Amino acid sequence: MPNPNHWLLPEGVHEVLPQQAAYLEQLRRQLFDVYRTWGYELVIPPFIEYLDSLLSGTGADLDLQTFKLTDQLTGRLMGVRADITPQVARIDAHQLKRDVPTRLCYLGTVLHTRPDGFARTRSPLQIGAELYGHAGVASDAEILSLMLETLHITQIKQYHIDIGHVGIYRELVQQAQLNAEQERQLFDALQSKAILDIHRLLSTWKVDKQHHDMLAQLAYLNGDLSILDIAREALKSANSKIHHALDDIAALAEHVQNNALHIDLAELRGYSYHTGLVFAAYVPGHGQAIARGGRYDHVGEVFGRARPATGFSADLINLVSFKPQTIERQAIFAPAPTHTEECDKLRQAIQALRAKGRTVICGLPGQVGDAQAMGCQSLLSWDGQDWIVKSLH
Amino acid sequence: MLKIALSKGRIFKETLPLLKQAGIEPLDDPETSRKLILDTNRDDVKLVIIRASDVPTYVEYGAADMGVAGKDVLMEYGGQELYELVDLKIACCKLMVAGPVDMPELSRRLRVASKYARVAKQYYASLGQQVEVIKLYGSMELAPLVGLADVIVDVVDTGNTLRANGLEPKEKIADISSRLVVNKASMKMKHQVVKPLLDQIAKAVG
Repeated sequence: MPNPNHWLLPEGVHEVLPQQAAYLEQLRRQLFDVYRTWGYELVIPPFIEYLDSLLSGTGADLDLQTFKLTDQLTGRLMGVRADITPQVARIDAHQLKRDVPTRLCYLGTVLHTRPDGFARTRSPLQIGAELYGHAGVASDAEILSLMLETLHITQIKQYHIDIGHVGIYRELVQQAQLNAEQERQLFDALQSKAILDIHRLLSTWKVDKQHHDMLAQLAYLNGDLSILDIAREALKSANSKIHHALDDIAALAEHVQNNALHIDLAELRGYSYHTGLVFAAYVPGHGQAIARGGRYDHVGEVFGRARPATGFSADLINLVSFKPQTIERQAIFAPAPTHTEECDKLRQAIQALRAKGRTVICGLPGQVGDAQAMGCQSLLSWDGQDWIVKSLH
Repeated sequence: MLKIALSKGRIFKETLPLLKQAGIEPLDDPETSRKLILDTNRDDVKLVIIRASDVPTYVEYGAADMGVAGKDVLMEYGGQELYELVDLKIACCKLMVAGPVDMPELSRRLRVASKYARVAKQYYASLGQQVEVIKLYGSMELAPLVGLADVIVDVVDTGNTLRANGLEPKEKIADISSRLVVNKASMKMKHQVVKPLLDQIAKAVG
C-alpha cells in the first residue's frame, strides 16, 4: 500500500524554499562581506567528526544534543556536530597554530537530537565568529559589536542585550567548596531563579553563611547598569577576581545602548564551556536568546594549546524569521527559437544579458506556460533584425 | 503590555488578593465571563485565563509574560526555561503516592498511574525502583480500584477523595504551593515593569 506520508520531514527538520532562500543567501553574502572587512577569515569545518574531538572540553549538554554513529572503517564513534564553535577552536589550536590573534567565521547546518526554541528546530543554520589569542575585554567587545552588526544587517532593531559573567558563579562555588554534583544542582536552581530551592540546597549542604548569602544573592542581581553597584556591595567580602569580573561587565556594557541593556549575574547559559563574560540578545515575546556569545578560554587546551577565546553564534534561519522578506525575482524569458537564423543571435543576446548579471530563463520546446506563467517580467522578442527585451507590463 | 497567565478556580481565587495588593484588579470574573483575556484596572496589564498545565508553556514561549502555576505542574513540565521567582504560598497541598489500605506484596513490577508521569518516574528512579508508569489525565483514584494500577501519584489536599475510595496516602514526594513564573525575555526586556510588580507581590505574600 502506498504510504501517503512520504513527503513528511522528521520533526524539527526544516527546508528553505526559493523566495526565502534567496533572501537568506543575500544576507549570507552581506554578513560574510562585513565579517571580511573586520578581518574574519572563513573556515568550513566538517559536518561529521570523531566524537571525542567533537565533545572535548564542552560538557554533557552538547553530548546529549549530538547524533552519533559508528565509523565502519575504524569502529570509532562519530558525531554529527551540534555546535560549530568547538570545531573552530580545534582548527585554531591544532591546525593554524598561530601566535597572533586569529579571527575566524563560519556558517553551517548543525544537528540537534532534541528540538529547541520556539521553532522547535533540530537543524539550525549556525553562523558565528570567533576571536582567539586575546584575553582582555577588548576582544569580547569586538565580538559583541560584530554580533550587534549582525542583528543590524538582519533588520532586527528591537533587542535587549543581556550581559553576565560565569566567572563569578564559578569562583563562589569554588570558595564554598561545593562538589560537581552540588554545583550542578545549584546551577539548575539558579537558572530558574528558584530562590526557595537555592536556600534549601545551600542549607542542606551547610555552606557557611557568608557564601550562602552571596550565592543566594546572585538570583537577585539582575537589572540595569545600577545593579553593578548593588552587586559590589552584596559581594564585597568576595575576592578580587569577582570584583575584576564586575569591572569587565561594566566595560563591556559601554558598548551597548543603555535602554537595551540588562545585566544578570545568574545567567550562566553555556556554562559548561564558558569561562568569563557571556552575552545574549533577546527580542520581545521570545523566551530564548536569538544570538549569544562569550569567553571560553580553555576549550583549545585539549587540542594541545590553551588559547584565550571569545565568540558569538546564532541560527541564521531563526534570525531571518523575525523580519521575513521575499525577494522578487527579476527575470527575462527567452522563447525557444523556431528559425535557425535567429538561433545564433538569440544565444549572443542571452549571453550578453547574463554577462550583465540579468537573469534569463530559456523556454524549452513545447513547454507548458508562457513568460508570465514562468514568473518573468520581460521577454526577449525578435523585431526582424535583433532580439530586444520587451517589458510584459 | 504585561500579560499574566492564570488558571480558573483555586489558583485564580487565591492569587487575586495578592494581585490586589500589587494594585491589579480584574474588571471581569472568569467564572461568569466567557472572555479568555480579562481587562484589569491597569491599562497595561491583562489576565489570560488558561488550563493550569498550560501555564508553563504560555510563559516559556512568551505568549504570557508571567503566570501562576503549581509546583506540581512545574515539576512535571521540567526544564529551566522559566524563572520561578516567588513562592506565593497559596493552593498548598502535597504530592503523594497513594494506594489501597491493605496492599498485597507484589511479585512483579509496581504499576503507578499518574497525571505526573515524569515526576513519578523520577521519584521511583531516585529510590532505585523500576516501575511501570501509566499516564492518565484525571480520576486517578479509580485506577487502583479497577486494577489498572497498584498505586497512584497525585496531589493530596484533605485526603477525603482518597478515603472515600478506600485509598490512603503512603509516601510524600514533595510539598506543593503555587509559584510565580516569569518569561526569561520579559524579565530582561520589561524589567522596569516586572521587577516592581515582583517586589509588591513578594511583599504581599509576606
